[in-house]
Amino acid sequence: MKTITSAHLTEIISTVKTGRVLTDESDRFSYSFDGSFGTYLPDVVIQTKSVEELAALVKLANREKIPVYPRGQATSLSGGPLPVLGGMVLDLSVMDDLLEIHEEDLVAVVSPGILTANIHNAAEKKGLMYPPDPSSSHVSTIGGNLAENSGGPRGLKYGVTKDYVIGLEIITPQGELIRTGGRTVKNVTGYDLTKLIVGSEGTLGIITKAILRLIPKPPASKTVMAIFNSLEDAGRAISKIFCSGILPSKMELMDQASIVAVENYQPSGLPRDAEALILIELDGHPSAVIDEAEQVSEVCKEVGARKVRVPKTKAETEEVWKARKLVSPAIARIKPTKISEDATVPRSKIPEMCRRLQEIKKKYNVHLVVFGHAGDGNLHPNIIADKSDKEEMKRVEQAVSEIFEAAVQLGGTLSGEHGIGTMKAPFMEMELGAEGLDMMRKIKQAWDPNNIMNPGKIFPEPGQRLVLSE
Amino acid sequence: MKQDLEQLKEELKYEKTNSCVQCGYCLPVCPTYATMGKETHSPRGRINLVKMVGEGRITDLSVLEEPMELCLGCRACETACPTGVEYGGILEAARAAITRRKKSPTPVRILRNTVFKEVFPSRKAMNFIGNSMWLYEKSGIQKLARKSGLMKKLPSHLGEFEAITPSAVSPRERTSLLRVTPAKGDKKYTVAFFVGCVMDAMFRKINHLSVKLLSEAGCDVIVIENQTCCGALHAHSGELEESKSLAKRNIEAFEKEEVDFIVNNAGGCGAMLFEYDHLLADEPMWVERAKLFSDKTKDISQILVLCGGIKAKGCSQQRITYQRSCHMTNVLKVTEDPLQLIQSVPNVEFIEMNDANMCCGSAGIYNIVNYDASMEILDQKMENVRDTNSTTIITTNPGCLIQMKLGIDRENLKESMRAIHLVEYLAEVTGIS
Repeated sequence: MKTITSAHLTEIISTVKTGRVLTDESDRFSYSFDGSFGTYLPDVVIQTKSVEELAALVKLANREKIPVYPRGQATSLSGGPLPVLGGMVLDLSVMDDLLEIHEEDLVAVVSPGILTANIHNAAEKKGLMYPPDPSSSHVSTIGGNLAENSGGPRGLKYGVTKDYVIGLEIITPQGELIRTGGRTVKNVTGYDLTKLIVGSEGTLGIITKAILRLIPKPPASKTVMAIFNSLEDAGRAISKIFCSGILPSKMELMDQASIVAVENYQPSGLPRDAEALILIELDGHPSAVIDEAEQVSEVCKEVGARKVRVPKTKAETEEVWKARKLVSPAIARIKPTKISEDATVPRSKIPEMCRRLQEIKKKYNVHLVVFGHAGDGNLHPNIIADKSDKEEMKRVEQAVSEIFEAAVQLGGTLSGEHGIGTMKAPFMEMELGAEGLDMMRKIKQAWDPNNIMNPGKIFPEPGQRLVLSE
Repeated sequence: MKQDLEQLKEELKYEKTNSCVQCGYCLPVCPTYATMGKETHSPRGRINLVKMVGEGRITDLSVLEEPMELCLGCRACETACPTGVEYGGILEAARAAITRRKKSPTPVRILRNTVFKEVFPSRKAMNFIGNSMWLYEKSGIQKLARKSGLMKKLPSHLGEFEAITPSAVSPRERTSLLRVTPAKGDKKYTVAFFVGCVMDAMFRKINHLSVKLLSEAGCDVIVIENQTCCGALHAHSGELEESKSLAKRNIEAFEKEEVDFIVNNAGGCGAMLFEYDHLLADEPMWVERAKLFSDKTKDISQILVLCGGIKAKGCSQQRITYQRSCHMTNVLKVTEDPLQLIQSVPNVEFIEMNDANMCCGSAGIYNIVNYDASMEILDQKMENVRDTNSTTIITTNPGCLIQMKLGIDRENLKESMRAIHLVEYLAEVTGIS
């Protein structure tokens, strides 16, 4: 890999006719981080809305072997946009002009810098819905969501970002503009490059436009809150609800540590002695959701819920969900460093995973909090630590490794929705096997022989280990 | 070297930056991120720069200068922040650290740079000089500068500038607020009224109306002597020591009277008064006294609501929109009371503007110091104001009021729209003059 010379910079500046080229120290540091770990200084940050200019920059990078790092608004929790080898950061959040809703085709056509929440709002205005709802959707760009294949609470019923992308326009690592898929839900012409690009974390190209599938917005919803004395009972309730023929739109779990954290932060009347709380949202036809809420309540009681509540008014419902929203801020006040994992297991293994997580918590004496999208097995074990405490961070590293092992052993995966990026790369082989990972590497080599697109992500360097202590 | 870094960390309140998890939730609410379009001018970006200085990765403090100077200090990021980062404290500490390392103190540099390098040479800015409203604004700011002690440091040319502004209000007129105005009817509370310097210099009438409204609502209103400027402008421009000394003078002055509340009518001042305990946190002799002062500090809208609201006579034929004071929203967290008062007026037509919580770009003296940046923010604000088709914009802070007047002027909306303080509106609908 080469660093950028002044000759390169001159060429970059003459290429970018309509945007900005940032090289000040303050600007470079301002594009050196994301929502995960580490600071990596890029040589140059480029902002342009012009696809032609971007393609020309990629051509230049490919010719000169300069690393290219596409970036949205850097809310990534896995290091996706981090310029780990320097080079160019392309700030695609500036490409925020295109947001069209085509009701007849049930599609949205968007440019990568559009905020995900703006797609939600635009679709809703026409009675439609774009289901993927990462909790950062009011900040995250759709381009970042596509690159990382983001999920969200609604993933349980509706799936994740890849389930709603039917066409893309991308710049290849050679700087060519290609289109994949199209405007139709059915499309079997050739390899499904669309699905390959989505979730490839910016390592195969730069997404410059996307065609997204929309669905009619469900007219009603209803929430059920159930409180359990044991975390495993809560896990069993989750599994049992699925066996009763109901598919909730959301199913969120809070363990005792997160309940206590919320109560300490903003008392919300939650029982501190309960081991778990689940929140279930049902959506669909108004009379169907009432019926389903009753059934879900019954199931929870049968499994041994100590209390089940169905909020009646909108205000009551919002209050119930507010407790869940408070978990992140509440735990952030315990200690400054938050390691947010998203290991995911098959639904049937949720109780087992909950048990394993409690064991890991005891074994390494770490402040582990479990909350998140329990319904789809995407538990969010968060470890709260202090990065200046080296001894503690060592224990955290070991605990994180063991969480990954547990998830994989139970037939699950390292990452449900955050992506691999830098931190999870060392564990890839554990899940995929040497041959499986090698096939992925071959794809990357075929697409990007000079390895200029987001290098340093997904694939581990030989001997790379998880390092959280600096 | 290592010791220097430790000291710098302390000075910059480095440990506060560690609660930022860089989630980016502050980005959509930051006015300068919206208009300037880069992370460098976002809260997360600024905090990261301070962090990098604290960790020794940036060694040249001047790297911080522009990003810190171009921050409005509206603190909308604090309201959006899920982890409770104390951005205001980080910003002020960084500005103070930069100021300490400068040869000439910031106010002089800024004002000299601005007035002589930005305002006069700027055609856009000068266009407003022919406009008396603009002059009024500038003269007011100048009086503020004089009253608050900044004037002493101003370059001599500023005298010339002063010469072309309208003659100052006589001190007699200015202090014509009665020392005690008794409550009308049953007395509910005894309150001390905080006069403020901009409000006193430029909006004396609003102060008079405020006292009358409070008295009507059932408050004995005391105007305490020897009160002074709240110190907000000093603190925001890195002059922390001066703002501390002003804070102490105010605390001493207000301690002399036994009152239930200390009431002000300017969101910016209110926020400063409310945070005296933060400002003096490192001074054990003062922190308790500051806390008592801060606890008593209220916005006039809170007291009027507490006293049971206003008695509107007749009904309002206006379409109203409300430009919030950022510091009232993000620091005092007073958001409902002004709305409740407005909406209690019979038949009032109230229209919330889009991005109502976005700063208008006034931000103390930001609109003078960073004129172009401020006008870009104002233009965005005025687009949202225009969409409401309002006839009246209500504000709760003098800076916002001036900025809104300027906005109306820039958009040529003078015929159909006006900007007034909430107090003026309430006085109007209750028949107080």
